[in-house]
Amino acid sequence: MLRIVNGKVHDPANDIDGEVRDICVKDGKIVESVPAEARRIDAHGMVVMPGGVDIHCHIAGPKVNLARKLQPEDHRYDVQHRTPITRSGTGGTVPSTFTTGYRYATLGYTTAMEAAVPPLGARHAHEELQDTPVIDKGFYILMGNNILLYDLLKEGRFKDLREAVAWWLNATKSYAVKLVNPGGDEPWKGQRNANVTKLDKKIDSLDITPRQVIKGLVDAAADLDLPHPAHIHCNNLGHSGNYETTLETMRTAEGRRVHITHIQFHSYGGELGSEPLSKAPEIIEYINTHPNVSADVGQIMFGKATIMTGDAPLSWLLRNLSGDKKWVNADTECESGCGILPFAYQEHIYTHALQWAIGLELFLLSKDPWRLVLSTDHPNGGSFASYPRLIRLLMDRNFRKEEMSKVNQRALRKINRSHLDEREYTLQEIAIITRAGPARLLGLRDKGHLGVGADADIAIYTEDDNKEEMFGVPRYVIKDGQMIIDNHEFKNDHEGRTLHVAPAYDHDIEQVIRPFFEDFYTIRFDNYPVTEHSLTLHQPFPIERRSINR
Amino acid sequence: MVLDLKLRTQLDIPLEAGIISPDRLAGLTESEIARVPLIHGNRKKSLGDFFDISGTCDGEIRLVGDFTKVKSVGSGMTGGRIIIEGNSGMHLGCAMSGGEIAVEGDAGDWTGAEMSGGRIVIKGNAGHMVGGAYRGGHMGLQGGEIIVHGNTGNEAGNSMRNGLIVIMGNSGDFTGANMFSGTIIVFGELGIRTGASMKRGSIISMRHADLLPTFTYSCFYHPSFLRLYLRRLRDMGISIDDAQIEGGYHRWCGDSMELNRGEVLLFSGSPGS
Repeated sequence: MLRIVNGKVHDPANDIDGEVRDICVKDGKIVESVPAEARRIDAHGMVVMPGGVDIHCHIAGPKVNLARKLQPEDHRYDVQHRTPITRSGTGGTVPSTFTTGYRYATLGYTTAMEAAVPPLGARHAHEELQDTPVIDKGFYILMGNNILLYDLLKEGRFKDLREAVAWWLNATKSYAVKLVNPGGDEPWKGQRNANVTKLDKKIDSLDITPRQVIKGLVDAAADLDLPHPAHIHCNNLGHSGNYETTLETMRTAEGRRVHITHIQFHSYGGELGSEPLSKAPEIIEYINTHPNVSADVGQIMFGKATIMTGDAPLSWLLRNLSGDKKWVNADTECESGCGILPFAYQEHIYTHALQWAIGLELFLLSKDPWRLVLSTDHPNGGSFASYPRLIRLLMDRNFRKEEMSKVNQRALRKINRSHLDEREYTLQEIAIITRAGPARLLGLRDKGHLGVGADADIAIYTEDDNKEEMFGVPRYVIKDGQMIIDNHEFKNDHEGRTLHVAPAYDHDIEQVIRPFFEDFYTIRFDNYPVTEHSLTLHQPFPIERRSINR
Repeated sequence: MVLDLKLRTQLDIPLEAGIISPDRLAGLTESEIARVPLIHGNRKKSLGDFFDISGTCDGEIRLVGDFTKVKSVGSGMTGGRIIIEGNSGMHLGCAMSGGEIAVEGDAGDWTGAEMSGGRIVIKGNAGHMVGGAYRGGHMGLQGGEIIVHGNTGNEAGNSMRNGLIVIMGNSGDFTGANMFSGTIIVFGELGIRTGASMKRGSIISMRHADLLPTFTYSCFYHPSFLRLYLRRLRDMGISIDDAQIEGGYHRWCGDSMELNRGEVLLFSGSPGS
């Protein structure tokens, strides 16, 4: 039991903005009050927030593990030693499982969502997430390049498509539906350096278009009442002129809920093949005026990163730009593709400086922090370890100005400087884009706030004018009521839960899926689903079935 | 005075003994040395649990027994001498920057890995990755000398950036792979894929060797730097034929996958041809 007193509480979901009030914790939950003998934490001069929630990162599964294998240098030079409490591991941009959990916790983050697991890799992802301590976690499954779903779409069998999606979410014990470059992997696998570029152009060898895939899965996720809508990595990531594709993708949702991820990478103007320009104002204008759309930014941060993506053709493009010659490209049968390479964003390079500025533009022009939340697409735009620095960039315009003076000035001349000069995020807004907002977008009712009944995931930061230092070293971190970091000291290890949805579905769909498996998969249908008993600590979100008249 | 450490027990589980180095043990009394901690498997033990200790260290340590399972002896040492009268274990003299290590018997893998100065002389054979870089490390040997009288395993001089490795016997596969600079001289047979991915540096062989297709023949010549190297080795008591000093070498350059500034010199046998 615990009572936190004298702290300035930032709990946007309950409209509490810096008010000094007590927060009480019992049995892992926030409660109304606790007896007088409960431990008191005097948070005078500190800020109390819900634990951070990362809506989009890459921390587990086959591609993450390949990225670790690819970069032994990260392990050699960033070793996390064992302590009596914590286990050993390695860091770098793709830390080992244990280190990932600990390092999230030491930033005050208590929930993180792995954003792209091929369904075939679900078992692997679960194994790794179970070894990712402290934080609660879950993952999204890649469905945008799935051959069976394509077949159902082509035949207009929308009910079967919906049931199949529900079956897949259950079979993989995952949290949401993810689309990556919908339709792009199939031509890539079949033809040298091919990709799709237009939403209405038929995908090679298949009689459907990317738009049909997007629409089909947005509808399926919405009709199934999933807590998080279809999570989309749009087509043409990184290409000049791709903002039109992004706008088209958002329009395709036709008013239904949709989440566009790392939208910074999808906000470029200019001609294909030439230097990109910023179209952040156009993109953010659409988001500001369309409440059905949410997004995370995918800010790039200068320094080392690791590109890892289900977007295989993209990784080929980047591989040719990057000086580093090592890369991985992989095919996940019937389901997806994958590409990985080490990368470094550099201030003096035009494109990188522009990407950096576009991310900041999006943040600073956003009118609704609840729908445009913080991410670096860890580790694609930069490691999650750079979140405190990003927060400082948003909260401190003098620091921002200083950083802007270090980057490629030609790139800065291409954007409207007035977008970056003025606005400073408030602590309340930071609490929204890093905690309350992502939790709400994910439909996690017990997270991202400090109201009675919420999970006791709490981060307490000492107030400091230097926001990077403030958010980089929380004074206290509490997870499920357990004191993880106590007065800056790592005190307890903790096992977090794996969160997954369990939508009801019509079991007859198995009669459609089973024959496809027997014909085309290298794994037997009965061996494919991840069963409950192979998970340790997990929390299913059951979803009942409404009647759908479609 | 010389510090004598005699291995008393037969080891099944390796001993992490980076502590055995003149830097760490100099000036300690016998009883203090006996209490110096080291790791046996996953347990904390002390030197006295495994060794008979006599004398004190004023720069020289003599190790007696089979040290095959004693790892990291002399790691990071900056000066002094270690003599091993027997075999040594893995990571011998890794990251050392000065001093000398002499081994009467065989040495294990990673001997002299990432070292930057000093000298290691192995009378017997050595394992893999002699003078190499650790996985993920940017540089192997950055200075100093490693002289192996017997054979070595694979990847001798992996990613080395400077210094000298001399192998009197045969060298395994991937000799000098990924090397940036420095010199490797091999008197016996070379394994396959010598110098794969090398950027600069010289690999010299006294026998014919099959090279990768990414190496191209450039010339036949009498490299003067090599005479200096070989004379110095002769001064150190290593037997070198006059023909090798005076003779001509065929120069192959590579690896053309990289900078193509590295060279493999193959001894031609006679001065003129």
